[in-house]
Amino acid sequence: MEVFWYIIISVVLAIFFILDGYNFGTGIIHLFFAKTEKDKEVIAKSAGLFWDFNEVWLVACGGMLFMAFPTFYASVFSGFYLPLIIVLWLIVFRAIGLELRSQFNFEMWKSIWDKSFGVSSLLLALFFGIALGNVVRGVNLGGIENGTATFEPHYFFLPLWDSSFSPLSETPGVIDWFTIIIGLISVVTLAIHGANWIILKTNSSINNKLKSIIFKLNILLAALTFISLLVWQIVNPNSLDNFIDKPYLILFPVIYFFGLFGLFFIKKLKKDIHGFILSTLVILGGITSSLASLFPVILPSTNNISEPLTIYNTAASEYGLSVALGWGIIGLILVAVYSIIQKKLLNGKVDKMDYGH
Amino acid sequence: MEDMIFYDRLQFAFTITFHYIFPQLTMGLSLIIVYYKWRFLKTNIEKYNNAAKFFMKIFAVNFTMGVVTGIPMEFQFGTNWAKFSELTGGIIGQTLAMEGLFSFFLESSFLALFIFGEKLMGQKLHFLTGFLVFLGSWASGYLILATNAWMQHPVGYEILDNGKFVLENFSALFSNPWLLPAFLHNQLASLVTSSFVVASIGAFYILRNKNLEFGKLFLKTGVIFGLVSSLLLAFPTGDWNAKNVAKFQPAAFAAMEGIFETEEAGAEIVLIGQPDMVQKKLDNKIAVPNILSFLTYQDWNKQILGMDQFKEEELPDNIPALYYSYHIMVGLGTIFIAIMALAVFFLRKKKLYTIKPLLWTIMFLVPFPYIANITGWYVAELGRQPYLVYGLLKTSEGVSPTVSSGNTLFTLLGFVALYMLLGLLFLVLVGKTIHQGPTPQKH
Repeated sequence: MEVFWYIIISVVLAIFFILDGYNFGTGIIHLFFAKTEKDKEVIAKSAGLFWDFNEVWLVACGGMLFMAFPTFYASVFSGFYLPLIIVLWLIVFRAIGLELRSQFNFEMWKSIWDKSFGVSSLLLALFFGIALGNVVRGVNLGGIENGTATFEPHYFFLPLWDSSFSPLSETPGVIDWFTIIIGLISVVTLAIHGANWIILKTNSSINNKLKSIIFKLNILLAALTFISLLVWQIVNPNSLDNFIDKPYLILFPVIYFFGLFGLFFIKKLKKDIHGFILSTLVILGGITSSLASLFPVILPSTNNISEPLTIYNTAASEYGLSVALGWGIIGLILVAVYSIIQKKLLNGKVDKMDYGH
Repeated sequence: MEDMIFYDRLQFAFTITFHYIFPQLTMGLSLIIVYYKWRFLKTNIEKYNNAAKFFMKIFAVNFTMGVVTGIPMEFQFGTNWAKFSELTGGIIGQTLAMEGLFSFFLESSFLALFIFGEKLMGQKLHFLTGFLVFLGSWASGYLILATNAWMQHPVGYEILDNGKFVLENFSALFSNPWLLPAFLHNQLASLVTSSFVVASIGAFYILRNKNLEFGKLFLKTGVIFGLVSSLLLAFPTGDWNAKNVAKFQPAAFAAMEGIFETEEAGAEIVLIGQPDMVQKKLDNKIAVPNILSFLTYQDWNKQILGMDQFKEEELPDNIPALYYSYHIMVGLGTIFIAIMALAVFFLRKKKLYTIKPLLWTIMFLVPFPYIANITGWYVAELGRQPYLVYGLLKTSEGVSPTVSSGNTLFTLLGFVALYMLLGLLFLVLVGKTIHQGPTPQKH
C-alpha cells in the first residue's frame, strides 16, 4: 500500500513539474528573450491562462503527502523551513505578475509585473531543482553535532548554507555546489520546456529564434547532466544499487536520455508538439530516475546515527492508506476528465483568446 | 519555547485571517452567479447574463488571491506545526488531500472555462460550468469544515502508544455531529458576505447614478439573499452550533458567554460587559436573567457551568478575545437582520431605491460581514484552546520542534509585508472591475 501511494504521489509530482514547469520556463524565456510588447503579452498569456490549474497539482501533491506519509511531511516541511516559505512568496509574485500585467495599459506597470513573473519563475525553477538535489544528497537527520542528536531522529533543520558549501560537510546546508548543479539543470530543462510551450501555443515573433536557443541550452543541459552524473556518485554512493538490483528501472534514465538526445534535432522536428513531448520526457525521466535511485528511501541521512526516512517508516496506517486509495482513484479519474475537457476547449494558439479578467 | 508557540500561532492566525477574506466571498458569490445564470436561461434577459459574468470577474480576482494565500495554509501545517502533522496527518490529511483532489481541480478548470468559453459551448453548458465552480467551492468548504470538526470534536480515531492518531473509521469523519451545523453556519455566513457585497455594489451604482439597471438588480438580489441568509444564520444554524459548544466544549461555552460563576437557578445572557480577568467578573454588565438557560436547554432554570467549575488548564487561554469575538459576531449578526429586514420592507413598498440614508448604510456596511465571519472563526479556534485536538493534544505540543522563534518571526514579518501589498493590489483590481461596471465593453 505504501508503494501504491509512493507511485501515485511521484506521478502527481512529475505532472506538477511538467505542467507548472512550462510556466516557470515560459517565465525564464520571457525574462531573457522577449523584447517586443506583442511577444511579451502573448508569452505571458500562454502561461497566464493555465497557471492556476497547474498549481493545483502542487496543492494536491502536498495534500496527498500529508495524508500518506505524515512523518515525512512534518520532517521535510519543518526542516526546509526557510526555503519553503521563500518558495511560497515566490509563488505569490509569479501569480500576481501574470494576473496583473494586463490590467492597466502603462509601460511601467507592465514591466514591473513582467519582472515579477520572470524573476520569480527563474528562482522557482532554481529552488525546486535545489530541493531535488537536497533529497538526493540527504540531510543531517536528528541534527547530529559531535555525535549527539539535537532532535528526534526523524527531524532536522537545514541552514540555507554551510560555510563550506560542500555536500560532503557534516552539516550540509540547502545550497551547496551539488544542489546548485541540480538547480541549474532544473533551470535549463524548464527553460527548454517553456520555450517548447511558447512555440506550441503562440505565434510569437521569436518562435524561430527559440529553436536555436533550445539547441544551445540543450548542449548546456547535456554538459551539466554529464557533470552531475560524475559527482552524483560522490554525494550518494548507493545511487546505482537499485538499477543493478532491478534492471527494469533503467527505463527511467533511458526516458531522460531519449528526450535529451531528441532535443538536439529540434530544428528538424515536423510538429511543434514533438519538441514539447521531448522536454516532457526529460523532466519525467529526470524526476523518476532520481526517485528510483533512492527507493524505498525518500530522504537519506548524511550521518550514520539516524536512519534514513523511507516510505515504510513515515507512512500513515494501512487502513487510512487503503481507504484513501478508493477516493484517490475516483478523484484522479475526475481530474483527468476535467483536463481533457479543458484541453479540448482551450486548444490551439492563445494569441486570439480573450484574457480580460 | 513560549515565544516559539506565540509566533507560530500569530503567523497562522494572521495568514488564515487574511486568506479567509477571499473564500468567504467566493463560496457565497458562486451561488449568486449560478442564480443569475439560471435566471438568464429562464428569461433570456441579457441583463442577468451580464450580471453573472460581472460577478465572475470579481470571483476570479478573489479566487486568485484565495489560491496564492491558501497554499501557505497547507504548507504551514508542515512548516510550523510539524509535530501536529506527524501525529494527526493520517486523519486530517485525508480530508485535506480530498480538498485538493475534489474541489480545487474542479474550481480552477471550470473557472477558466466559464470565463473564456461562453461562445464555444453555448448557454446551457456555460450554466453547467458555473454550477461546477459553485460545487467545487462548496466542496472545499465542506472538507475544510470536516477537518476542523475533527479537531473540535475528534471521532473515528485510535491513539497508538507513540502518541500517533490513527484513522479507524473513515465515514465517522463525515458523520461527526460537529460537522453539519458548522458547515451550514459557515456557508450561510459566506452567503451573507456575498449578499452584502452584491447589495453594496448595487447601492453604489444607484448613488452614483451610473449603471442604474444593474444597481437596482444587485440591490434587490443582495437584500433578499441577505435577509434570508442572515435569518438562517441566527436560527437554526447559530443556535445549533451554540448547543454543540455547550455540549462538547462546556469550558469554551462558559468563556464565550462570559459566565464567570455558575448560577444554580438558570444562567443570564450577557449583552454587554468587559471581562475583568483579575477579579474574575464582568465590568459594566448588561444582562437578561435566565435567557441563556432557555436558549441552550429550553429550560429557564437549568444550570449552566461557569468558568469557576473548570481547572485553569482546561479553560481557553485568551478568554477576553474569545468573549469579544463571540459578542461581536452575535451583535453584528443581529444588526444585519435588522438592516436587511428594513431594506426588504422598503423594497416591497417600492421605495428602497430612493431612500439615500439606507443606501449609504448598505454601501458602507460591507466590511462588517467580513468582520463577523472572521470573529466567528475566532470563536471556534480560540474556544478550542488550549488544545489543537480538543481534549487530546495541546497546542504547545503541536509546534515544529526544529524551527526557532527567530525564523518564525522573520517569516511572519515577511507575510505581513507581502499581504499588505496583496491587499492593496486586490482593492485596486476589484475597484477597477466595479468602476468598469457590468455593461459589456466594446473592444
